[in-house]
Amino acid sequence: MTQTTKQIHHPLDDLLRTDRIPHIWCPGCGIGTAFASCLTAMKASGIDLKKTVMVSGIGCTARGAGYVMLDSYHTTHGRAIPFATGMKLANPELNVVVFSGDGDLFAIGGNHFIHGARRNVDITVVCVNNLNYGMTGGQVAATTPLYSKTTTTPAGNPDGPFNLPLMAYAAGATYVSRWTILHTRDMTESIKDALLNRGFAFVEVLSPCPVNFGRRNKESALDSLRLYQEKTIIKNDAHPTELDIDFDRGVILGKFVDIERPTCIDRYDSTCRPPELFNEEKAA
Amino acid sequence: MKPAVLTGEHFMTGDVACAEGALAAGCRFFGGYPITPATEIAEHISGRLPEVGGTFIQMEDEIAAMASIVGASCAGVKSMTATSGPGLSLMLENIGLAICTETPCVVVNVQRAGPSTGLPTQGAQGDMMQARWGSHGHYEIIALSPSSPQELFYQTIEAFNLSETYRVPVLIMTDEMIGHLSERVVIPEAKAIKTVSRPRARGRKDRFKPFEPGPNGVAPMAIAGEGYRVHITGLTHDERGYPDMTVEGQEGMMDRIVGKIRNNLDHIIQTESYRLDDAEIIIVSYGVSARTSLAAVDEAREQGIKAGLLRLITVWPFPEEKIRELAARVKGFVTVEINLGQIHLEVERSARGLAPCVLVGHAGGTIITPDRVLKALKESF
Repeated sequence: MTQTTKQIHHPLDDLLRTDRIPHIWCPGCGIGTAFASCLTAMKASGIDLKKTVMVSGIGCTARGAGYVMLDSYHTTHGRAIPFATGMKLANPELNVVVFSGDGDLFAIGGNHFIHGARRNVDITVVCVNNLNYGMTGGQVAATTPLYSKTTTTPAGNPDGPFNLPLMAYAAGATYVSRWTILHTRDMTESIKDALLNRGFAFVEVLSPCPVNFGRRNKESALDSLRLYQEKTIIKNDAHPTELDIDFDRGVILGKFVDIERPTCIDRYDSTCRPPELFNEEKAA
Repeated sequence: MKPAVLTGEHFMTGDVACAEGALAAGCRFFGGYPITPATEIAEHISGRLPEVGGTFIQMEDEIAAMASIVGASCAGVKSMTATSGPGLSLMLENIGLAICTETPCVVVNVQRAGPSTGLPTQGAQGDMMQARWGSHGHYEIIALSPSSPQELFYQTIEAFNLSETYRVPVLIMTDEMIGHLSERVVIPEAKAIKTVSRPRARGRKDRFKPFEPGPNGVAPMAIAGEGYRVHITGLTHDERGYPDMTVEGQEGMMDRIVGKIRNNLDHIIQTESYRLDDAEIIIVSYGVSARTSLAAVDEAREQGIKAGLLRLITVWPFPEEKIRELAARVKGFVTVEINLGQIHLEVERSARGLAPCVLVGHAGGTIITPDRVLKALKESF
């Protein structure tokens, strides 16, 4: 009998820097699933990948920019959104996707997030929310649930977390959704919608961090997935004020905002450019 | 489209001349944040940029302003921000990102007196060492210091040209006095202004290495959306742009980003000499202080003291060689600057004990008068 060896290809290989695999993500981590969903959505959306850029800050999720075979910019901690804003305004033809974590986007980068949404910069922000700072070993984040244990809240977190979709909605995002990495198809569809939304689009993805968050809170990766299955409810168009993350009461997933309003660039062109120049550009 | 180069004779402030210099250099993106005494640069350019096809945005803070110009430059557009001390403090981390990712951009610091909020409306030259070393890690940087609104116009163009040539952030270290000084500024015809653009990526897209140096040590740059699919990171990286967490990787990257400046000092450093040929006492100064030192040189000469002025147009990299050469033949150096001794220390270091070095400094808030400089020339050596 002859044995034939066959090169196995992953369907996303064309969008991966395969020479940089294996990745750094831990066993049981959900970032890889969210990352694969993001790449699948990019392909499915039909956007021009040559003109698509991934921008990230610092952290576990942010390392995604180093694995994607696109123009990709791994910037400073918390600053992916202002970097992406400059990039989009400098070349509006680019599709700019920010792929980063909760610590990066909502603690150190929180101010940039709300201003990006307020301006309605036409970018897509995918936030993998694993409820803690994973890369530095599991410290409390702006998303860590009340009373959860982390390395910097050994007695439990005395502060409550942000409701991220509510913040995005309140600040003016034109697309807001939340999924978990267990809801892979919904998540992929949602990221695709977000990429096609003309405006500041935000997708929150809940993801387990068994090594750093789960371990200290008696929650294995499978426990997290079980919570995602049993303690979530899909309720599209739920009001963002209902979206606090409390697995005892149940966590709402779905698409909450999907609207259109003029983008940052639309308003700049119509307000700041001299009319003759603005019309000349539109005609061209 | 309105003209980007306002050819003609104008009466304008240094801040406005800086904004016009940026437009003449080809700057088409400005990410700003208001701060005295640099605000007028943002105010002026916010009206002008959309007229010439560019974009202005006022960001939520200086951190974001700096991040936005690095992003815009990666998208292929010449970009600038302008600030003063407290803002520069906030920008430094992303200036480091631009250094590490070799992204051209220009940062203007219209200096005011510090530390902290200091004297917001009154000038100083106290951020010179911050410009050199403020971002963490070791690096080389370019900083220019103009002495008049006219020169601020030209040096802003030069800052862009150096930034694009060497793929490094360039700082314009001006001061409140020059920024707010109104003077005649002559803007030449567009065709008489030399502008430089960064070396661009060419050749096979699948084989391109974004940090493989060209002949002068500077790597050609791929722009986002061109199809090179580059990875750019602030982590230590190899010539492919890939993270390389090794001592060798760190050494290789540092050799490149430090070497491209150190090996081109002759092309970068500019100084101006005034009555220096037979000078026995040399004033070293820059910015507004160089200007107030001129009168002291003339007055000293009239009183029989052979004084001269070495004006630093480029402050960083420091003209160490020049100081060393002069040190061998002069009686001494007098450094005139509005701080309590920053460039003075560089002069002293470069003189290597061959000539004594004296500081005429001031804590900030006003200029250093020619009288004070003259007194030092008369009494120090």
